[in-house]
Amino acid sequence: MTTDLATPDPAAATRAAAPPLAEPSGWHEIRLTVDGASVTAQVESRLLLSDFLRDRLGLTGTHVGCEHGVCGACTVLLDGEPARSCLTLAVQCEGAELRTVEGLAPGDAPLTPVQRAFHECHGMQCGFCTPGFVMTATALTEQPQRPDAADVADALSGHLCRCTGYRNIRRAVCQALDERFAGGPAGRGE
Amino acid sequence: MSHGPSHAPRQPAPGGGPWTGRPVPRVEDDRLLRGNGRYVDDVALPGAAEAAFLRSPHAHARIRSVDVTAALAAPGVVAVWTGADVAHLPAMLNKEELRTPPGLAELLDPYVAITPMPLLATDRVLYVGQPVAVVLAENRYLAEDALELVDVRYAPLPVLVDPDRALAEDAPLLHDELRDNTAVAVATKVGDPDAAFASAHAVVSEEFQAHRYVASPIETRAVSAQVDPYSGELTVWSNTQTPHRVREATAHTLGLDPERVRVIATDVGGGFGQKGILYVEEMLVPYAARVLGRPVLWREDRNENLTASSHAREQIHRIELAADAQGHLLAVRDRITVNFGAYNMTGLVVPYNSVCHLLGPYRVPHVDIDVVGVLTNTTFATPYRGAGRPETVFAMERAMDRLAAELGIEPAELRARNLVGPDEMPYATGLVDRSGKPQSYDSGDFPELLRRAVAKADLEGVRARQREGARDGRLVGIGFAMYIEATGLGPFETARIDIAPSGRVKLAIGAPSQGQGHRTSMAQIAADAIGVPFDAVDVVGGDTSATPFGVGTIASRALVNAGNATHRAGRLVREKIIEAAARRLGVPADGLDLREGVIRSKAAEGPALTLAELAGRAPLPGTPEPTDGRHGTELSETVHFRPPGFAVSSGAHAAVVEVDEHTGETEILHYVAVHDAGVIVNPMIAEGQVTGGIAQGIGGALYEEMIYGPDGQPRTGTYMDYLVPTSSEIPDLDLDEIHSPSPMNDLGVKGLGEGGAIAPQAVLANAVEDALRPFGVVVRRGPLSPSRVRDLLRAAGRPTAAR
Ligand code: FES
Ligand code: FES
Repeated sequence: MTTDLATPDPAAATRAAAPPLAEPSGWHEIRLTVDGASVTAQVESRLLLSDFLRDRLGLTGTHVGCEHGVCGACTVLLDGEPARSCLTLAVQCEGAELRTVEGLAPGDAPLTPVQRAFHECHGMQCGFCTPGFVMTATALTEQPQRPDAADVADALSGHLCRCTGYRNIRRAVCQALDERFAGGPAGRGE
Repeated sequence: MSHGPSHAPRQPAPGGGPWTGRPVPRVEDDRLLRGNGRYVDDVALPGAAEAAFLRSPHAHARIRSVDVTAALAAPGVVAVWTGADVAHLPAMLNKEELRTPPGLAELLDPYVAITPMPLLATDRVLYVGQPVAVVLAENRYLAEDALELVDVRYAPLPVLVDPDRALAEDAPLLHDELRDNTAVAVATKVGDPDAAFASAHAVVSEEFQAHRYVASPIETRAVSAQVDPYSGELTVWSNTQTPHRVREATAHTLGLDPERVRVIATDVGGGFGQKGILYVEEMLVPYAARVLGRPVLWREDRNENLTASSHAREQIHRIELAADAQGHLLAVRDRITVNFGAYNMTGLVVPYNSVCHLLGPYRVPHVDIDVVGVLTNTTFATPYRGAGRPETVFAMERAMDRLAAELGIEPAELRARNLVGPDEMPYATGLVDRSGKPQSYDSGDFPELLRRAVAKADLEGVRARQREGARDGRLVGIGFAMYIEATGLGPFETARIDIAPSGRVKLAIGAPSQGQGHRTSMAQIAADAIGVPFDAVDVVGGDTSATPFGVGTIASRALVNAGNATHRAGRLVREKIIEAAARRLGVPADGLDLREGVIRSKAAEGPALTLAELAGRAPLPGTPEPTDGRHGTELSETVHFRPPGFAVSSGAHAAVVEVDEHTGETEILHYVAVHDAGVIVNPMIAEGQVTGGIAQGIGGALYEEMIYGPDGQPRTGTYMDYLVPTSSEIPDLDLDEIHSPSPMNDLGVKGLGEGGAIAPQAVLANAVEDALRPFGVVVRRGPLSPSRVRDLLRAAGRPTAAR
């Protein structure tokens, strides 16, 4: 990712006469890091973070399921904490450190323990809700101590999945936590 | 899932081999986990305009005028079209779904009203959410800004929400060309039901209502389209379950040859039937791409999905059961009313499924069912996971419990006394199936399903607890429900197999995947059929350019139809490979075997040839160079599989619940599902399908309802009001299975995508009623939300927590 991709070229904008000129809301320059790369971009006041990631940066792994903060599909890590990118404006991310599903195991890097657990436990079917669950589960594994069952249940209840019936998602998260906090792949949390 | 001792011989499958029957991990996952899925909205189309639809705020109104001047002048707007602008395009009609199979037409002569849907409303709107205008702009933000500037004047008309009311003589007519608001009507009879009722020892007569709820895939619908300036071909990306049907309909709408239209459904974020029908947006987006000469994208928002994409399930059953003193069923009579919403989109599919699944696993000598579908000012209702079966099972299984109460028989015992036995298979019900043939259950063991469900749910233990009485106002209840599901709907599905020069196997099927894992399960089938390693198979589904024909992934049909097409194509390709190898090696074909991708002599010694060597360019030493003229060893096959009849899956579910008398809350303590879907190709995927189906059923039973006010306004248009269950509401399930292979196809498979969703509403209603039995409560509709349970208790004279 380069900064050029995200910053509309004023000349190009004039040629296209498209979003930049037409946009009735104000423009702001923001600087942030996304999956470790620094990004500078011009964004409209009202641009959602989810649209910024998907449409401007081409990071389409972050999905939008409801655009009103309930389904959790759009979850990214904003300064290490799960955040709903559909309820966050891009301008609010000035100076932030963002992580998306694309940043977990870039290229051919091996899947992270959380990703691997979703695969091994069949914690996904259509895969549309999966990036959101994976980001929340990643945040759980990055806590200093193993979160207790109530915290895990609480975190997961912020996400909707229509395909799996959740059981295998719970197993996957449990497996990833076992692996992280017991120092190796443990039971499957059944 | 417990893969304990199975009832019928489990594996190897009739047509199976080393890969079939194994929980092979999914090949789809890696890509999806890295954020590399390709859902419609992920396909980059540089320069795309975005569409937003202006939708009717009225349930029924005349459109007096539409003024788009201000909208057209808004920043970034490319075009604004109203009904008048697209009136030259044919109205949309899903001819396939509205067709009455000849056998059915001949035997039952059903009535099916034809109600083509205008692409944009012209003079009248019939439901809240109906598209009235479309704005095309540089992006969605600007398109939505302009939507607010489209000035439509409406003259409201009287609104019909209640289907009974819509059938009244004086009801306003929703479609001028029809004689009344009937969408479909069909009646069927077996034996002499009137005489059976007259002579019965016991008759129960009840009205049950299946409430409206929706599929709600987490990915909303989306369509994009682009005309390739080089080839002139129109490419449409749609997250449809039926890409070939979308291709035919789009080509028809736009006046193009179907071969000039390519429809692609790559990753689809759940469908459950909602994405299995045609929608006007699917026609208008490609139209816009052609007219504007640039790509166009439309992505539905959640409010649109909840209110304006298809709904489902709303039915009223006025059902009567007649039985002898021992509880043997003598006759069933049911008058079914189905709320179709504003348009007849899928004809007999849902109502007739309700008819021919009402009897379920039970032996019923005399039957009298009629069903009427009714047009109302609500969003059109179409198949959703189960498609008429959860509704009809709700009515039948509730009625069985009422009969059990009437006769003082344990509900599970009443069921046991009426089940068709395994020795009676194939069993003819006397009804006509959906394709117009005499209905027949091909295989199954219903008593074993029930026996296992009763044992796992610990019926006796629950009864003992009930005798101890409620604890802290928490009452325990147990409920059962059984169902059959005719799966593997025809008419056909296509599989094409090509052996690439590298030796890799390319499999293309007409049925796309919305999470079912076809890339894995179909590859397992192909690997076994041909004799190659599983990971040598690449599967393409849902691209009309890869198979000339196809139907789609609906109606629990993909595994049966596409799976068997794959199997047959694989066997034929295998023969071709062996024959070609025999010619190449100069040995007789019957002396050769193909395993793990290597052709070798059946005798211990002898030459061997890999698929890559056979199919590849590089000639083997000693083989002649290609000669001029026809060669004829093309290693490829296309097979259309036409199922000879339905493969009938079945299941018995049980639930143990605790109902809080004061709060009205229902907690599921134990949910048991025992199912039979014949031979299982991938048990891990199968378990996931069953579990997901049950979770949707639990949602419908306890939480989800699409509610309309009497004014026809939907009241549950966001996820704040429409309650999809989260992980906290769905318990771990206790699953078990038996395997009665289907004699209807080589693989012995039956469909199971919908099965899980069929029984939960009935099971949980039966369990809640059982818990509240001390108060004489009768459950007649869902969802059993705390407030509805409290209403039931108050009606029974019990004080409950304030509302
Ligand atoms: S899309 Fe953000 S929570 Fe649903
Ligand atoms: S896997 Fe489809 S929504 Fe979760």
